[in-house]
Amino acid sequence: MTPLSASTFEPRIVPLGDCALTVEFGRSIDPQTHALVLGFASALDAMANNGLLDGVVEWVPAFCSVTVHFDPQLADGERLANELSILARKGARASAVGCRWHIPVCFDEEFAPDLAELAAAKNLRPDDVIELMTSTVFTVYMLGFLPGFPYLGGLPAALDMPRLATPRTLVPARSIAVTGSMCAAYPWASPGGWRLLGRTPVRLFDPGNTRRPALLAPGDEVIWRPIERSHYETIEAECAEGSFNVSTLLASGGRA
Amino acid sequence: MSALIEVIDSGLSVTIQDRGRPGYRSIGVPLSGALDPLLLAAANALLGNDAQAAALEVVMSGPSLKAVADSVRISLAGELSAKVLRSNGNILLVHPWSTATLFPGDIAQIGGMRGGVGYVGISGGFLVSTALGSRSTYQRAALGGVGGRALALGDRLPCGHVQGDPWLERRSLHAFEHDAGPIRVILGPQQAHFSDEAVQSFLAQPYTVTRDMDRMGMRLDGVRLKHNERGAEIISDGVVPGSIQVPANGNPIVLMADCQTSGGYPKIATVISADLPRLGHAKPGTTLHFKSVALPEAAQARREQWERLALWVGNLVSFRPPGVINEEALYSGNLVSGAVRGDEFFMAQQCNADCHI
Repeated sequence: MTPLSASTFEPRIVPLGDCALTVEFGRSIDPQTHALVLGFASALDAMANNGLLDGVVEWVPAFCSVTVHFDPQLADGERLANELSILARKGARASAVGCRWHIPVCFDEEFAPDLAELAAAKNLRPDDVIELMTSTVFTVYMLGFLPGFPYLGGLPAALDMPRLATPRTLVPARSIAVTGSMCAAYPWASPGGWRLLGRTPVRLFDPGNTRRPALLAPGDEVIWRPIERSHYETIEAECAEGSFNVSTLLASGGRA
Repeated sequence: MSALIEVIDSGLSVTIQDRGRPGYRSIGVPLSGALDPLLLAAANALLGNDAQAAALEVVMSGPSLKAVADSVRISLAGELSAKVLRSNGNILLVHPWSTATLFPGDIAQIGGMRGGVGYVGISGGFLVSTALGSRSTYQRAALGGVGGRALALGDRLPCGHVQGDPWLERRSLHAFEHDAGPIRVILGPQQAHFSDEAVQSFLAQPYTVTRDMDRMGMRLDGVRLKHNERGAEIISDGVVPGSIQVPANGNPIVLMADCQTSGGYPKIATVISADLPRLGHAKPGTTLHFKSVALPEAAQARREQWERLALWVGNLVSFRPPGVINEEALYSGNLVSGAVRGDEFFMAQQCNADCHI
């Protein structure tokens, strides 16, 4: 596949069945393409707030596309495709539209079963890996795979490793994992093939919080903050009893 | 106060479903909801419920439900039967596409599906608490239903009371039928990842449903679909129930109601929303043929399908179940022909029981 840069790629609208359209802005994972994705999503937000977009149910940003779901009994798919095409060609860009989070992570051996192996494979000391992980500003490209599962871009090339040859049947909830150029955090226990480097005590998905059930949103930034095991356990207990205030994780001056 | 029914046999993988959980796909929450929304609507129409009300989705053996302290009414949509064990010892057979009132202490033993999917509606719908705006059960993230899981022994499910005459039931004289013919699809979004021959094979050759199927998706067996030089991986993008993704092994997977919100395999086509409910009834071994259509045809098929359901609902009739004495007939001494409908045996048995007081 030839990677096309965001500047030369003409937005393309493709039907995804009869209830959704996918608007493509490029064919590569990079901040420029993603800025077009976020810009388009913001434009849709603004239109919906003005009562436009009849029959549109919701829209879902991905790495280089936005999928727009609609009710075919309320909206004509071909007409909607034309409207979206005009909007996409305006090329609105948005970046860093979200919050900047400082999220605690414990890198204890028990929580980081792949840390030593990854370090060895990359000729690094485990502490170097932790240093790289905690000095990087990650960007949330999209959520998918599981409710609240964020795909975070920005992993340093020095940590680039393929998936495990044999995926784990059970990745513990709240594990922080990496593969390729991506970092992620598992909100739920799940099978998975990414390499586990730590664990956060913070809940990444809370269905009781109807305003913001997923902690992270596309466009947010994440900085992993290393913590000791005892601190991890304190926060974990606070989260379990519901006394932990997630807004304390926002960078000072950050937008909630 | 709502009424309650108690689960005294869970059946297998019986879940509460409504029309699903739209609005949260951007944070990775699947749509979920009934595999066959038309049959869900049919189950609710029999009861006079809101079409969106939550019902039980039965995919294997059905549950047994006991009315605890109030009278409730159940409905059956799909090829599901039930037996009602009255607390007075009488037995009532409930046919598919009809309702039955459960008086306090009565037990409904819901039959099973031999593949496919059926719905058990209840007066007022199942009123379990909503999660993110829906009662649909999504087990991977423990959302909706009863604690985010399938029914279990001892669950008590809130629902509505019987409205109106508890002895006047509703039924349809015929099943609600889906369209026959090939499963219609809209090609893409990634048909360009396949050779022309692969796309032609997909549209011309039969595909068989394998045992590897659940609410997330079903794997098909047939001519393997070869990817071209663009390969078997894409940068993850949005998927919907009905998307047909083809991993490197070339065997298509049709995504179903609980599918993820995004995926990294090329999608050769997407089943149109009018035909996706039919796949909910597919069994291992079912042969599928696919046909490519354009958006306007898909929209028309969907419109016609819901119109056909409206017609079906318009033809529902009321009846008095076997075991109900028609008083007028009783006074005229003509017991048997006086009943509105029913199995002669059960009616005679019930009349004998009731008439000697």
